Amino acid sequence: MDVTFINPFLEAAVNVLQTMAFTETQVGTPFFKGKTPLSQGDVTGIVGLTGNKHGSLAVSFSEAAILQVVSNMFGEACKEMNDDVRDAVGEITNMICGNARRILAEQGHPLQAAIPTVIDGKGHKICHPFPGPVLVIPFVVGEEGRCFLEVCLAESDTRQVRTPKSPRLPN
Amino acid sequence: MTNHNMKIVTVDDFSTMRRIIRNMLRQLGYSNIVEAEDGVEALSLLQREKVDFVISDWNMPNMNGLDLLKAIRADENLKPIPVLLVTAEALKEYIVEAVKAGVNNYVVKPFTAETLQEKIDTIFKN
Repeated sequence: MDVTFINPFLEAAVNVLQTMAFTETQVGTPFFKGKTPLSQGDVTGIVGLTGNKHGSLAVSFSEAAILQVVSNMFGEACKEMNDDVRDAVGEITNMICGNARRILAEQGHPLQAAIPTVIDGKGHKICHPFPGPVLVIPFVVGEEGRCFLEVCLAESDTRQVRTPKSPRLPN
Repeated sequence: MTNHNMKIVTVDDFSTMRRIIRNMLRQLGYSNIVEAEDGVEALSLLQREKVDFVISDWNMPNMNGLDLLKAIRADENLKPIPVLLVTAEALKEYIVEAVKAGVNNYVVKPFTAETLQEKIDTIFKN
């Protein structure tokens, strides 16, 4: 997986959470997910991507993380998972995907995206629609929350996978 | 000087963004705000009520923001209403298309209340 396609998603996630949710993040060490479809978090937004590459982006939050993020976004305490929180996950996924697509388009790699779907429940599964390696970028959100970006991208006409170099971390 | 009593319609299929924009507008002193979930609902509202400003998302089901803009500009009664489009992507070709269709300005998500105020000021100064 070419790391050129990973950094835009990483940068977008940091930007969205910082600007919209006033939340600082710390990026952890990326890793390949392996064969398990189980989510790392408690609620996930997933969106399909097509273009020169095809695949999907999943943005998965622990309950603690998303409640803090949504509380910050809305300016009022949000204490439990509900439809508003699920909607927010969809919109956050939409923003991260859109921002990343803008960066990739500027770099000559346009992608199209669908409208995100949200899945929640502890132990839920994330089924990326296209086969291929899934790179997971973990974040610490705020004091104790966790967020996981899952990026699954492959060439539209081939299934080549390259070993990634070390990803760029945000400043 | 922007009229803080002006009636503003916010259009987005995600209730989260409608809520965030509503909160930002209230923070900026605007309180006369109504909401629509997509372009179809927004257009129907515009044809029933006198609205002074439209803030619309771009990508929505049923009728997207660009098509809503075109419908507004095609209606003699609605044509003068200023429209601000909200987008997460801001792809060059989309911006060009929106400018051709008569958009007054656009803002890229994520944005702050200060950025929203700047966009509003730019629209109403012109």
